[in-house]
Amino acid sequence: MLLRHTPPELAERQALTVNPAKTCQPIGAMYAALGIHNCLPHSHGSQGCCAYHRSTLTRHYKEPIMAATSAFTEGASVFGGQANLLQAITNIFTIYDPDVIAVHTTCLSETIGDDIPQIVSKARDEGKIPPGKRVIHCNTPSYVGSHVTGFSNMVKAMVDYFAESPKGPSAGTTPGRAVNVIPGWVEPGDTREIKRLAGEFGIESIVFPDTSDVLDAPQTGKAQFYPKGGVAVEELARTAASRATVCLGPTASEAAARQLYTKFKIPLESLELPIGLRATDRFVNTLRHLARSPVPASVAAERGRLMDMVTDMHQYLYQVRVALWGDPDQLVSLAGFLADLDMRPVYVVTGTPGKQFEKRLETALAGRVPEAKFRQGPGADMFLMHQWIKNEKVDLLIGNTYGKYIARDEGVPLVRHGFPILDRVGHSYFPTVGYRGAMRLLEMILSALMDKKDRDSPEESFELVM
Amino acid sequence: MLPILAARKPQIHEKGAEPFAMACEKQSLAGSVSQRACVFCGSRVVLYPIADAVHLVHGPIGCAAYTWDIRGALSSGPELHRMSFCTDFDEKDVIYGGEKKLYRALVELIERYRPKAAFVYSTCIVGIIGDDVAAVCRRVQAERGIPVLPIHSEGFKGTKKDGYRAACDGLATLVGSGLTEGIGPHSINILGDFNLAGETWMIRDYYRRIGVEVVATITGDGRVDDIRRAHGAKLNVVQCSGSMIHLANSMQESYGIPFLRVSYFGIEDMAKSLYDVAEHFGDETILSRGRELVRDEVAAIMPELREIRRSLEGRRAAIYTGGAFKAFSLVRSLRTLGMKTVLVGSQTGNREDYELLRELCDEGTILVDDTNPLELSRFIQEKGVDLFIGGVKERATAYKLGIGFCDHNHERKEALAGFQGMLNFAREVYRTVMSPVWRFVPRKSEAARP
Repeated sequence: MLLRHTPPELAERQALTVNPAKTCQPIGAMYAALGIHNCLPHSHGSQGCCAYHRSTLTRHYKEPIMAATSAFTEGASVFGGQANLLQAITNIFTIYDPDVIAVHTTCLSETIGDDIPQIVSKARDEGKIPPGKRVIHCNTPSYVGSHVTGFSNMVKAMVDYFAESPKGPSAGTTPGRAVNVIPGWVEPGDTREIKRLAGEFGIESIVFPDTSDVLDAPQTGKAQFYPKGGVAVEELARTAASRATVCLGPTASEAAARQLYTKFKIPLESLELPIGLRATDRFVNTLRHLARSPVPASVAAERGRLMDMVTDMHQYLYQVRVALWGDPDQLVSLAGFLADLDMRPVYVVTGTPGKQFEKRLETALAGRVPEAKFRQGPGADMFLMHQWIKNEKVDLLIGNTYGKYIARDEGVPLVRHGFPILDRVGHSYFPTVGYRGAMRLLEMILSALMDKKDRDSPEESFELVM
Repeated sequence: MLPILAARKPQIHEKGAEPFAMACEKQSLAGSVSQRACVFCGSRVVLYPIADAVHLVHGPIGCAAYTWDIRGALSSGPELHRMSFCTDFDEKDVIYGGEKKLYRALVELIERYRPKAAFVYSTCIVGIIGDDVAAVCRRVQAERGIPVLPIHSEGFKGTKKDGYRAACDGLATLVGSGLTEGIGPHSINILGDFNLAGETWMIRDYYRRIGVEVVATITGDGRVDDIRRAHGAKLNVVQCSGSMIHLANSMQESYGIPFLRVSYFGIEDMAKSLYDVAEHFGDETILSRGRELVRDEVAAIMPELREIRRSLEGRRAAIYTGGAFKAFSLVRSLRTLGMKTVLVGSQTGNREDYELLRELCDEGTILVDDTNPLELSRFIQEKGVDLFIGGVKERATAYKLGIGFCDHNHERKEALAGFQGMLNFAREVYRTVMSPVWRFVPRKSEAARP
């Protein structure tokens, strides 16, 4: 279908985005806030924003998504949204009773200039915030950044609002035992896997945000408005006393880690997302240093199994041309992993703007794929990706659901990875981080390639054993 | 027991309780987890099925991303409507205005795709910074010679309903600009069906079979040229009255075209929508063909419907829809299946809708306007519901409670309109209500205990 609508001739576009490879900041802030225990995300804007974000997250996670809205009207847009937010705070604490309201702004409230901290402090002065309850905020105008930067802003807000210098006689003399781990914009199952790996090293970790047991909650026959998962406010408070912060995926996580360093001098280790062999090696190595212990045999065995799978199947991977799109943190690690497998990540596209992306990709690829094309920010969209593919074909697509049009039009297999995935399940449960996650990725890649081979082979070369 | 916000109480009514003074058409309370969307959403869903037009979202990327091909409005030809076009605002556009960008985007799109028309959707931010979208549209229209229609759908300017109205305003400017030669006396426009899962095709075929000419389908499988000559039709047949009543009114005023309100869901309503049209034209042949069609179609589906009814008899359903009009048909359809509706509500119903619903429903049925997940779960559990009919945001909640679900909204995958649609609906309800998966779910009665 897009076939007819996507001409191969490339032309510079300055005013138009076609089939975006990003969405807006507020949904990221909403997703991050769902990773706090007993927290209700709140969208300070029109009703539609909140409805769209909830629908999109529901489609991706197949879970109920709770979030409130300031329900802006024409009046609010003229006189400001203070009255709406004040009323919202009262109503939310009365009826939904969260521990935390996490407010994010929208293009509307940003442009009319609502000052959220001022409104929240007014709410506090007027007694609208019950004792022990908290209202946090971050700014997420939709015309800046992307969903990933919105996520990053909310994660940073968790530090800004909750991290507290330890009190008491021994305060500040010895660092605590815990390590902060910021997993980035990953799936609930990924966060679970990251926690498990840290646990294998015996590391006491504070992981935030943590959407495991929130967005992969079990069926219990009950509608739990606040599922049991999520990082607790007390844990977030203690992040200021941890001995280190490990942040995974600089675009989504580094701002919060830097804030912990700036305010509390918590040393930070900024790593790429542990997707694939070598990115996981670096994460495991960091855990080893922090644990001051060798890599546990269980983890070494996981790596060994991954290596075994890679060696068994490497002949199918040689020179396979891959197109990737999605979010910077995922793309950098994925591209590096593919290059390690002797595959060729030739096209990489993200709508998310940001300075370091190209440099990080180059580091990950280390000159192994000189023909690779990257594009980010304005003009980096699925339309451009499709045009590139029309001009020179690829063998495999890896990215979110929006690639399915290209997959169909060009007859190229698609491995779904990233956000959003609107047409398959599994992504929220089965991790792609760590060695085991890399095995799952590899399985998906191989299955996609071999299914195509089976489908397209002439009968005489259709093989039973592969 | 969960508390209900005092301010929400007037928007909830239990049949049997007196007096009936249900409040509706109110702004949602700030701070509610409302299931409602915005003005832009209303305009976008109504116009989106026009397949040979360019639909350009003027504003930030989110508004375009979240509405990119999310509704299966099928086209029998061009599929330009399934692309996502956006001016993708950045900070500079907010400061200096987005008019130049809009102009360039429109020119580029029209050059590349040669569409029959272009719709430009204003988003919140455009309303705040004050871009003169209409002026840009006029300029491009003059330069390029195709209709370029500004849709004033700034999100904050009301509810989804106001978005329908803005969409109708756009359509009204298209209607009347085409030639009406060759349109016969027994001709209609189908308004308010969006061809989800091919429903418009089915309805169109029914009308064709009874000898009624369809001039334009607005907007399911819609084409710009058909809409331009829609004023040549002798009758407007309006479903989903919430979205299209404004256009029907305006065509009545401007062209004297009368309209009928119909619904294509359920046997009774579908049959009535054919008979009403036949009666309007006062044509015996059409009427007798209509009777024949209904007889044949009903005979074809009844044996299986009876079979399904045997299993579903006495089971309970909850309904939560966008517009209230659809809810009437659903209550009746469920009755055909022997099921009882114990909870019914909508995002945007008006007082008249709720009066009608109240008459239609049994004692004890709860009516809700603009509800939220807390209220919904509470009532579902109290009433011991077996089936929930709603949209994307309600599905996950129903499943968590261990209740069957049927999407009667954007995400329906099978045609639910017409006679075949009634059978599809019955099968879908059967499939979910009778599914063995609920046996493995913790018992509802246990879960309902506090």
